[in-house]
Parts: sequence; C-alpha cells; structure tokens
Amino acid sequence: MSGGTSRERVLGRVRRALADVPRHERPRDHPVPRDYRLTHGTRTPADAAALLAANLTDYRAVVHRTDEGGLPALVAGLLGRRGARRVVVPPGLPDAWLAPELLAAAGVEQVADSPALTTRALDGVDSVVTGCALAIAETGTIVLDAGPGQGRRALTLVPDHHVCVVRVADQVVDSVPRALARLAPDRPLTWISGPSATSDIELDRVEGVHGPRTLEVVLLDGTGPR
Amino acid sequence: MSRTYVGMPAFPRAAARATEDATLRSNLRRATHTIRARRAQAVAELADWEELRAAAAAIKDRTLRHLDHYLTLLEENVTRAGGTVHWAADADEANRIVTELVRATGEREVVKVKSMTTQETGLNDALERAGIRAYETDLAELIVQLADDLPSHILVPAIHRGRGEIRDIFRDRMADWGRPAPEGLTDRPADLAEAARLHLREKFLTAKVAVSGANFLVAETGTAVVVESEGNGRMCLTLPETLISVVGIEKVVPAWRDLEVFLQLLPRSSTAERMNPYTSMWTGTSDADGPRAFHLVLLDNGRTDALADRVGRQALRCIRCSACLNVCPVYERAGGHAYGSPYPGPIGAILTPQLRGPASALEESLPFASTLCGACYEVCPVAIDIPEVLLHLRERVAEGGEVTVRGVRTRVRPAKRHAVERTAMRAAGWTFDHPGALRRAQRLAGRARRLRPRRLPGPLGAWTDSRELPELPAESFRDWWSRTRGDAP
Amino acid sequence: MRVGLFVTCVNDTLHPGTGRAVVTLLERLGVRVGFPAEQSCCGQPLFNTGYRRRTEPLLLRHAAAFRDYDHIVTPSASCAAMVREHYPRIAARAAAEGRGGRDGAALAEAAASVVPRTYELTEFLLDVLGVTDVGAYFPHTVTYHPTCHGLRALRLGDRPRRLLEHVRGLELRELAGAEECCGFGGTFAVKNAAVSAAMGADKARAIGDTGARAVCAVDNSCLLHIGGTLARAGSRVRPLHIAQILASTDGSVP
Repeated sequence: MSGGTSRERVLGRVRRALADVPRHERPRDHPVPRDYRLTHGTRTPADAAALLAANLTDYRAVVHRTDEGGLPALVAGLLGRRGARRVVVPPGLPDAWLAPELLAAAGVEQVADSPALTTRALDGVDSVVTGCALAIAETGTIVLDAGPGQGRRALTLVPDHHVCVVRVADQVVDSVPRALARLAPDRPLTWISGPSATSDIELDRVEGVHGPRTLEVVLLDGTGPR
Repeated sequence: MSRTYVGMPAFPRAAARATEDATLRSNLRRATHTIRARRAQAVAELADWEELRAAAAAIKDRTLRHLDHYLTLLEENVTRAGGTVHWAADADEANRIVTELVRATGEREVVKVKSMTTQETGLNDALERAGIRAYETDLAELIVQLADDLPSHILVPAIHRGRGEIRDIFRDRMADWGRPAPEGLTDRPADLAEAARLHLREKFLTAKVAVSGANFLVAETGTAVVVESEGNGRMCLTLPETLISVVGIEKVVPAWRDLEVFLQLLPRSSTAERMNPYTSMWTGTSDADGPRAFHLVLLDNGRTDALADRVGRQALRCIRCSACLNVCPVYERAGGHAYGSPYPGPIGAILTPQLRGPASALEESLPFASTLCGACYEVCPVAIDIPEVLLHLRERVAEGGEVTVRGVRTRVRPAKRHAVERTAMRAAGWTFDHPGALRRAQRLAGRARRLRPRRLPGPLGAWTDSRELPELPAESFRDWWSRTRGDAP
Repeated sequence: MRVGLFVTCVNDTLHPGTGRAVVTLLERLGVRVGFPAEQSCCGQPLFNTGYRRRTEPLLLRHAAAFRDYDHIVTPSASCAAMVREHYPRIAARAAAEGRGGRDGAALAEAAASVVPRTYELTEFLLDVLGVTDVGAYFPHTVTYHPTCHGLRALRLGDRPRRLLEHVRGLELRELAGAEECCGFGGTFAVKNAAVSAAMGADKARAIGDTGARAVCAVDNSCLLHIGGTLARAGSRVRPLHIAQILASTDGSVP
C-alpha cells in the first residue's frame, strides 16, 4: 500500500476543488434524468431471438438454431466441419449437449477443464463449447459470467473457435438495461459481440485478431431449465 | 527511449507542417470520413439518444460534484473484493507505484492493454529506465511502438498510418521485438491483423504481469470495466497473475445501473458499433479465474485542477470515445501529433491545457486550435460543450485569471505572446463602443480603398497568403442609410 | 410591427450591399425597417478571442440601441448566435464573478431583453412572416453552404433551402460535405492560417465541383473567407449572401 499521504492529498484537492458545491448537497440531490428507454421496442420472445440472430450475424458470428434433440448432432457437426481435434468443456455443461459417440465419430477429443490445464496447454485446444449467462437481442451480445457450463474466462479466450449455446426460452433479454439488471457484478463478466475484431487500420473493421476468430452461437429452442 | 511529447512546438506550427503532408492528409481524411458516416448511422438507430446523452452528462456531473465520496466508496469496495488501491497525485508517482509493483513480482516484462492514462504518465519510458520492458498489445499501439512513433488518435493511435506504411513497419521492426512478420506480408488489413496475432501470441501466453487502464469504475460494487475489440484486453486482464490498472479518478461512476447508459453510448460513438466485440468486467479477484493480484492505481495528475474550474470541469465527463476527433475539420487537417499530447482533437484542446496548466506555448495555443464550428459538441455522448470550454480557456490566455495548478489556486497573468492582439482588441472594443469613431474609420478605409494591397502587413499577412482581400465599398451601410433615408449622421 | 435591422459591423463596413438587400427584401414584403445608428458590433470577435469582459459594454449598447423594436433581424447567423447563445452567459458569468450588483443586473436584463426578439433573416422570414416564396427571381445555378452557426447554434435546418427553392429561375446545386466548416473561424483564419487555408481549399473545391455560378450562405464572414479563397484560385464562382438572392427580382444582384 503506497502513500496514505497521497490519498489524503488527492482527496484534499478534490474537496477544495468542489468548494462551490453546497455543503448540504447529497449525491442523490443532483438529479439524473432517466427518461431513456429500457428497451427499444416491444417484441415477443421469438422476435427477440430473431433480432439477436440478425445482430450477431451482422458482426460475423455464425448463428445456428436447433432444439434439445438436435443439439448434440449440431455441435458435433460444427466441430467436425471445423476440423477440431480437441474441444475443451467447462464444468457444469449439460451432458445432454454433447454426445461422446458423435464426437468420437467426428474425430474430436473432449478435454475437461481442470487446474492442470495451463494456458499453454489451452493454446493447443482447437475449440470450446459453453453456455452463457444471457444474450442481448438489441446489440447481438452474449454475456458469460463464469457460471456452470461457462467456466473460467481463459477457456473462451485462448481457443480459436467458440461455440456458445443460448437458451432462447429464458436467456435472451431485449436490451443492455435488461441485461445489467440480471447480472451479478461480483462475478467476472465477459460480454461478447461477434468474433474478435479491430478498426485500427484506417478505421475499417476487420474480424479476427487475438480472441477466438470464429464465434458460433447456437440458439436453443425448447423450455430449458428455469 | 521512445519519442515523447515534451518540447513540442505550439499548435499552429506543428499543424502547418501537417497540412503539407499529403499522405497524412489522405490517411486522415479517409479514416475520419469512413467512421463519421457510420457513427451517424449507429446513433440514428437509437430514438432515445438525446435522453441517454442527458443521463450520461448528469451521472458524470453527479459523480464529479461528489467525487471524494465516490472515490472512497470505490476504494472500500475494491479492497473488500480482494484488490489493492493506490493513489497517485501525479504522473511520476503513478509510474513509481507501477514500477515497484512490477519489481515486486520479479518480472522484467509486462503486457499492456491500450491505456490513455499510461500514455499520459509516460509509463513505458519509466519502466524501461527500470529495466522493465512493456509490450503494447493493442494493434494500433503496437504499430506506434514498433515505429517509435507517437499516438495521434484516442481510439486508433496509428490513424495517421495507411495500410502500406503499417505493412512496412511490421516487416522492418517486428523482429526487434519478438516474432518477425510472416514472409511476404501483404497490406491487406486481415493479413496485418494476423501478423499481429502471431507476433503477440507468445507474449500473452507467458506474461505474468499486465498493465491496463479502465473505461469505468463502479463505486458501489468496486467493479472495473474495460471495453475493447481485439481480445488483447481479455488476454491481459485474464491470463497474467498480476494485473495493475492505472485509472484516472474521473472514471468512477456511482452505480452498477449507470453502465446501462454508458455501454449504449460508448460503442456507437467510438467505433460505430451497437456493441464492441469484448467488454470485460471484474470486481477485485476471483478464485481460480484470472489474476491472483489486482492493483488499482487512481491517478490525479491535474484532474483535480480541472475539477476546480467550474466551466472547465465538464471536460472530466469525457469517456474517451473519440467521436469529437472524427468529426473535427481541424483535427482532420492538423493530425493528432500537432496537439502535443496523448489527447488530440477537440477534447485534447480543452483537456491538455487543464491537466498541465499554462505550462508552455503549446498549452496556450491549444484553445485557439478550433474554428468553434460546434461539430464536436454535437456528437459528444456526454454533452461536453467543447466550444464553451475553448472560449473559457482562451480568456484565461488572453486576459489571465484564476487557475489551480497542482492543487494550488493562483492567478495567471495574461499571456505575453498575446500582447499585440490584446492592444488591438482593446482598441477594437473602444471603437465599437463609439460608433462615431467607427464611422470615421470606415470612411477613411473607403477613401483608401484603391490601395488594396496584395499582401497585408504583420500577422494579418496570414490572411492574404491564401485569400484575396474583399473590395472595400465606397460607402458603408450606415452612410448609405443616412444618405438615402435622411437620418442625420 | 417595428423591425430593427441589426446589420452587423462586418456587413456595415465590408458588405453594405447585403444590408441594402435586406432592406429591399423586407420592405417588399411590407415590413417597416428601422436602422438604429447607435448599433455597433455585437462583440463576437472579442468574445471569440477570449476578451469576454470587453464585450459587456457592447452588450449594453446593443440592447439599448434596439430597445424600441419588436423584432431584431440580422443577416448573420453567427451574430444572432452571439446574442442568443452568449449574451445570457456573459451576464451570468459577470454575476458569478461577484459583479452582480447594478452592472450584473443590467447585463442580465439587457441580455434577456434582446434574446427573444433576435432573429436571423431566414428565421424571421419563415417563423415570423410565414413566407417561403419571397417573390424573387434569380435565373442562375447556385449552391448553398450552411454555415456552422446557422447549422449547429441556431439550428436553421432547411429554412434557407426552402427559401431558395422558391426563387424563380434558381437552380440549386448540392454541395458535397456541406455541413463541414469552411475554415474561417474569425481570428482562427490568421492564428491557424495553414489549417484554415486547407479547410478553405477543400470547401472551394467542393463548391467548384457543383458547377454553380454562385455560392450563397447566411453569413458574410464565412463568405469573405470562401470568396477570397475562390478568387485566389482563379475561380469565377461568386460569393453571395442569401439576402442578395432573395432581394433580386430581375435576376441581377442588387
């Protein structure tokens, strides 16, 4: 801990700088008008899912749609087409999402995450399959909160191919305000809107830098766990 | 040692040089015009943009008016969540804190997420002096670092470079810093991005210490937020064992809910996206996920001086989106380097003189680096009235006034360089307040109108360097009026 | 309805033709125009260069000069913006600096008295008189440069354009990058001459590309810079104040 004195000096400067603020003013006394919209439009869950898909696609994520029955074959197919040899799976991913026999047939080895899996070892993994905390329709965003079926943050970062399953029934929210209201600030959160991209060359957007260069989002229809 | 902003010439001279650089002009023009149109489109998608903007300005104002309260609340919550908070009154202190923290880990290398505050403090040079190498990992920062260049834009520090130049920089310099550029590298942006990915991969996988900034700090939860595109941020924030974030004290927002405003405004203003590819939010440290040590360095470095200025303090609302740079016609021609600081463009013109105080001819010239066209204010997502602050700072230069420097309130005298102008303005003010004198001056000029010079004398010669003088009329309007309408003169 | 013409110091001294055109135009529309001779400069050049306090006497003078008029009409967007945007601020700052007293109160009163009565010419024509067709005839190709103060301070919107569209014989040519500043900026033109010239050259090129014979605007100070740049480049495009076009009934510039 450096400099209790610098702390006091900075706070002292702040207080002197604010000499014009009335002493009795409390932070809440300064009004914040919140007449902006909490969602931009009213839509059915089906509309929200469609908008999510459209916005994800707009930023070059690949969107698929299936139900619980079709999910294992779809995931195995995506990994197989990608040519993935090894796929990492976070703890808590529903068993029903992956069919070991289909993966084996596609030549994909399933790796369970564990403390022994170092960053460097993770770099040797081709793909990762996760769920998510929620998805935001208006911005085309999926949010991971390191909960069950999502795992630690490095899992969805180091492999170059991320397959993320979103339960349409209970995980799609309309907007950023709706999302924040459902998220827990004390969890590490990663908001993902399409694959890694950059605008650093002539302010023109190109996809694919350090994060996963391919993001596949599976919209899962059906009731799902509540 | 990399280049620094120290000793930069005043804005007009540096800008004049930039206007003669055809490559720079064309790079900036292409880039700013591309993003300008896209931003307008992204903003038009939200019918409540003005309401969001008003809310953002009010949230920032509430924070600034009670900054001591929110900073201590933030400190409490970061500490509770396992982080350590440090306070730095100035750049040197921030650099010293970071250097000591890195030394304590025993590491000699750090990876860096793009951070405006560490540009401002000159951290990389300070680390280098201590034998610690800092690797910039943002693509544009990498370009700047490899080229031993200076950033010229807040969001895209290498905006002054075209793709061909970037290809050359990668080809010539990458080997000095690590993995060389691939053979036969083209200037396609996708190939350049791939080259950066390969070059930095090893660094990410081995780095034990990362240095970042943060876009927002939430006081009530102790959460830090980094908004980015490439994934280099996630790499630095997630993989190393120690994370050091250097953040300006004005980056705090009161509540978790406040993010709903800024996360809608920032990406659309900045990269014209509905949402940027990656946003990371973390609160202290987590078990078995991410760094085991988190240090937050809260930086003043002139911010409280700006806070003390009732007109100027609105500059501290800035969320560094760079929309004002992208629409600024002066920035487009002058380029970022002319502003002599990591904060170029309109926001730099009001921020730099406030953070540094009236330090040199550069800081004195910045408030005048604008036509007051108002495009910056129009696009600012936190409604900073940049023209208003520019006028206020011009006044401080022209006529002197109260200013706080490093926490001490002083009066600055009028700038010496403006003495001639001051005399002229006084004379003009007097003449305008005496219409009789104004009329005599007009008649005198009217009689001498055949003597229209090709070049005006003194500083006014700058007018005739590029423009013809207007023909002076034989009769002023007021003389015409009194002659034809019969009012007595 | 007593209308006072606030001609502005630039027009008074350098562009009296614009003032005469406003008088011709308004009188043709049946408006009685007065010109209070006590008027002077609104203070904009001083204010924009950092000499705020020196504009205070000019503010008081301006308000006194136009005391007896119902409407104050000016052919300059930037001078109208000076009055409407900055006069109240000048008064407020004086009060905040503890010069409230009699001076401060006088400034606040003076500012409050002129702000609601001040109109830029095209605002006055559309918002007060309610006319879009002013009976003008101008059989030439014209392009329109919306000045920064007209566009962003006064938010004139399409008012000037609607007036031009109703001018018989006039062919309006679209100006690329119209909303971009021309680079004048008052003392900026001299203090940052190189950038100002670069901006002016780009604007002049865009104007030239329209093929129009004339470029018009709601502010002669911008036109001074644009016209001077065009002339130096040997262009034949003529800078005109919008009032000169709207006043014309025989196709010539009054």
